[in-house]
Amino acid sequence: MSPRRTETGGRIDRLRTIRFTFDGAPYTGHAGDTLASALLANGVTLFGRSFKYHRPRGVLSAGVEEPNALVTVLRGEVREPNIPATMVEIYDGLVAVSQNRTPSLAWDIGAINQLGGKILSAGFYYKTFMGPVIGPLKGTRFWMFCEHFIRRAAGLGKAGTAPDPERYERMNAFCDVLVVGSGPAGLMAAKAAADQGARVILADLEAHFGGSANWSGETIDGMPAADWAQRMVGQLGGNDNVRLLPRTTVWGYYDGNTLAALERVTDHKEVAAKGEPRQRYWAIRAGSVVLATGSFERPLVFPGNDRPGVMLAHAAERYANEYGVLPGQRIALFTNNDSAYRSAVALKKAGAAVVAIIDVRSDISNEMRRMASEAEAELLAGHAVVATEGGKALTGLKVQRFDAMSGSLSGDERSIHADSLLMSGGWSPTIHLASQAGAKAEWDPARQAFLPPKPTQRWIGAGAFTGSFSTAEAIAEGRAAGLQAAGGAASSAPLPIVEAVPGDPDPAPVFEIKAKGKSFVDFQHDVTAEDVRLAHREGFVSVEHLKRYTTLGMATDQGKNSNVPGLAIMAEALGKPIPEVGTTRFRPPYTAVSIGSLAAERFGDLKPERLTPMHDWHIANGARMYSAGLWYRPMIYGLAGETVEQAYVRESKATRESAGIVDVSTLGKIAVQGPDAAAFLDRVYTNMFSTLAVGKARYGLMLREDGLAFDDGTTWRLGEQEFLMTTTTANAGKVMQHLEYFLDVIWPELKVTVTSVTDEWAGAAIGGPKARVILAACVTGTAVDNATLPFMGIVHGRIAGVPVMICRLSFSGEMAFEVYSGAGYGTRVWEALIEAGKPFGLVTYGLEALGTMRIEKGHVTGAEIDGRTTARDLHLDWMLSKKKPFIGSAMMDREGLIASDRLQLVGVVALDNRPLNGGGHIVEELDEANPHDSLGHITACCYSPALGKYIALALVKGGKARHGTRAFVSDPLRNRFGPIEIVSNHFYDPDGSRMHG
Amino acid sequence: MLITCPYCGPRDVIEFTYQGDGNRERPQPASQDLDAWNAYVYDRLNPAGDHNEIWQHSGGCRAHLRVVRNTITHEILSTAFARGGHKSTENRAEGRS
Repeated sequence: MSPRRTETGGRIDRLRTIRFTFDGAPYTGHAGDTLASALLANGVTLFGRSFKYHRPRGVLSAGVEEPNALVTVLRGEVREPNIPATMVEIYDGLVAVSQNRTPSLAWDIGAINQLGGKILSAGFYYKTFMGPVIGPLKGTRFWMFCEHFIRRAAGLGKAGTAPDPERYERMNAFCDVLVVGSGPAGLMAAKAAADQGARVILADLEAHFGGSANWSGETIDGMPAADWAQRMVGQLGGNDNVRLLPRTTVWGYYDGNTLAALERVTDHKEVAAKGEPRQRYWAIRAGSVVLATGSFERPLVFPGNDRPGVMLAHAAERYANEYGVLPGQRIALFTNNDSAYRSAVALKKAGAAVVAIIDVRSDISNEMRRMASEAEAELLAGHAVVATEGGKALTGLKVQRFDAMSGSLSGDERSIHADSLLMSGGWSPTIHLASQAGAKAEWDPARQAFLPPKPTQRWIGAGAFTGSFSTAEAIAEGRAAGLQAAGGAASSAPLPIVEAVPGDPDPAPVFEIKAKGKSFVDFQHDVTAEDVRLAHREGFVSVEHLKRYTTLGMATDQGKNSNVPGLAIMAEALGKPIPEVGTTRFRPPYTAVSIGSLAAERFGDLKPERLTPMHDWHIANGARMYSAGLWYRPMIYGLAGETVEQAYVRESKATRESAGIVDVSTLGKIAVQGPDAAAFLDRVYTNMFSTLAVGKARYGLMLREDGLAFDDGTTWRLGEQEFLMTTTTANAGKVMQHLEYFLDVIWPELKVTVTSVTDEWAGAAIGGPKARVILAACVTGTAVDNATLPFMGIVHGRIAGVPVMICRLSFSGEMAFEVYSGAGYGTRVWEALIEAGKPFGLVTYGLEALGTMRIEKGHVTGAEIDGRTTARDLHLDWMLSKKKPFIGSAMMDREGLIASDRLQLVGVVALDNRPLNGGGHIVEELDEANPHDSLGHITACCYSPALGKYIALALVKGGKARHGTRAFVSDPLRNRFGPIEIVSNHFYDPDGSRMHG
Repeated sequence: MLITCPYCGPRDVIEFTYQGDGNRERPQPASQDLDAWNAYVYDRLNPAGDHNEIWQHSGGCRAHLRVVRNTITHEILSTAFARGGHKSTENRAEGRS
């Protein structure tokens, strides 16, 4: 066994040996070890290199706040960087590597940065790389040159590039009481709430419940605190209404008492059990929350405080008591408060020599003096550490007389030989979640710490979180909080009895020892006390600016160690008390959260796919599909060797010459029903619908409240009180919401219901000179001649035995019919129409041909109804009824909306017989080198088989007045310039004789 | 954030769609008072505090609700059908500590 490992004690299993590697070297540890405790037991002192100066760093803490000992854990090709070694539970085969060093941890070339410490002070990057470009290598360009090297030299671990093969889960949980933290306070709270019958979740970020009870060495109810904690956990685990979540970090406190937590399910296992995810993201809605999150011990700021071997006092106590590891053989302690004395005694008991306790206070209580002698330590009251010595491990330190009131040093330096220096700068309650929940922390001058704010959500604090640092207080507060959270009455039953060493919870207000050398405030980001003062000298007075300029508290640990010392130094520089300088508000996440856990099951393509009833037929018949919103629609039905343009030209030509059929099931369909349905449609559409006869359809236009065009479509009157409204595919949802809003909020007196029936109907549009004979060949139960089925007429009949509804309306400009059937029979009807059309040369056509024919006809779609155009811009003013008000009618005539120079819909013909592009601009004078003065832009374009030309629709300033004039297309992105002619948007069959038949 | 729909009970905010300031008053349909229309279409209150809002339970019963929400704390103070005349739900008193 290694000399650092104690013979007995702790909760590690000395009979189980675990093998792992660190930087390629094999090590062993025991079950229950963290990577940090196992490496310390192996005598490892050097864990990492610092962010900026590449200084050697050891392990500072024993928990989640660790700033120095960050490692990368490798699993196959997957690397996860920046994990505190203190939070990695070892398992057989664990592979961990250190970070930010080249080529190795012991010999790091980047350590040369230490020589440039003066240059690399706060704001180095701002000063060096900002500003005007004067020479070839100054300012921003200098940065671009240097960035490559700097990015390599400064920083943390490298992220991997291999895809993450792990599975993650999201869980939604509900409870009456969520207890965060499982120290004595949290355990008491969970037990008290559970005994009230409340549904309780107890979460702790550590692997083992118990918190400080696991290492405090105290006695509770006559047994070691660790045993008491295990007994409590056992009792809780037996309750059906309690869920225990170890290894679960509650990292976010959101509105409505919603909390986010990350459970590390299998990170500590060599092999995950079947079905286990790597991590689980918990979204917890809690009736009440008990925050028993404890506190962090603060480092002291003094020269050389970052040398490997310098550690927080409680961390060493924890390593000794919980893991059976001694951080050193000759230990010195440096403190401004009483808590370190217990640590000294604990380490002495565990077998280390405690050579000295250096206390900044000159007035030490008799109790503490007794504990110092129990530890057989020399007590140096009114002293301070002014330097540390050693390279990759501590060899000694220097102390001097210190006056805590003035902060001045005096007398000769004295050297002390030690291989470990433990420090305690007081304790800061872990108030992060309370701060996230929405209030400002409050400074307590006695505790020299920020205490949690008054709750703004339903939480109750307990234990060290509230600044009550003794276990007896924690137990009392925990029970009270648990009872209150569960709605129970306060209890006067006796509390567990705690035997603990005494101690004053209030530290001396000393944060920094000013002496020569680098004194680190933020270990992880290499921010020194001098950097903070430099920022102040350079004019930074706000704590937010200070943070950004020095990067204090901005690394992965988010300043868990450095916040308060940094503020204290800032406050002193400003000559203000700490509360006036203020603290920053903590934001989620409390610790780093894997992106995988946030995504959980939601990865890959997250959009649902909407498929029409005839989708499979399209695929089987050679359709090339494309996505239109969530829908998939045929683009073309290409023949072998055909280009897209060849296919749509063939399809639209065949439609105009004989007949074509297209799937229009995606159109939005809304059933509008009720006694006031007609009156409602009169208000919604710009044109009249109350005058529409039953069995007829009408094209309608909707405006928005601001008078701009919103959507268009045909609406069919199926009965006196029943309409079927169709909308564009893209706007189906928006139109539905629009109608619902007006019925529910604005006109609740109207007796109308609206129902989305988009998915209930399959639709096929069949058009062309032969369309009617094809229908006649397959429709039974109704005639389809001009008298029975005139333009915009509706008939009911059957196709292949299936009831269908047929409306004669046209988008293509040909004589055309829309055939609607129940969605489940869509394919059957579709196939029957195809079969009936075979003798007549019926073709299937896709969206490209549909678009081509609508451009030839000058119909508008979403490309023209783009939220900026009015009905007049689109030449739809004939649809604006003057007999009634409608949505948008009051606003549509505003000055700006009727100006003559507005963009108006026109047709465009390419005079150079080359394709045009959507988005290309229309200009009066061509200037390829310096395109300017756009008149408007192209919204849709195609090759028109009917005209034998490349044509387009465009929105052009004062467009109607420009009909017959020439201009140019200017499309510098695609290098397309050339002459065009502006014409009417009605390219083809402007009087509509083809569709009226 | 939970919104208590009078039909469906307390539901997560992702089921709802914000439909804007509930203080706006739509002029009579035939009104030609452009200032009133302008105020209705464009003016929105943006208080730091309690705000009367319209939300649609679009992922549920699709009813529109009149919701009083505190824009600072996101606390929902009351919900009721926007149509009015139906029951409203008040947050439990102990919810506000």
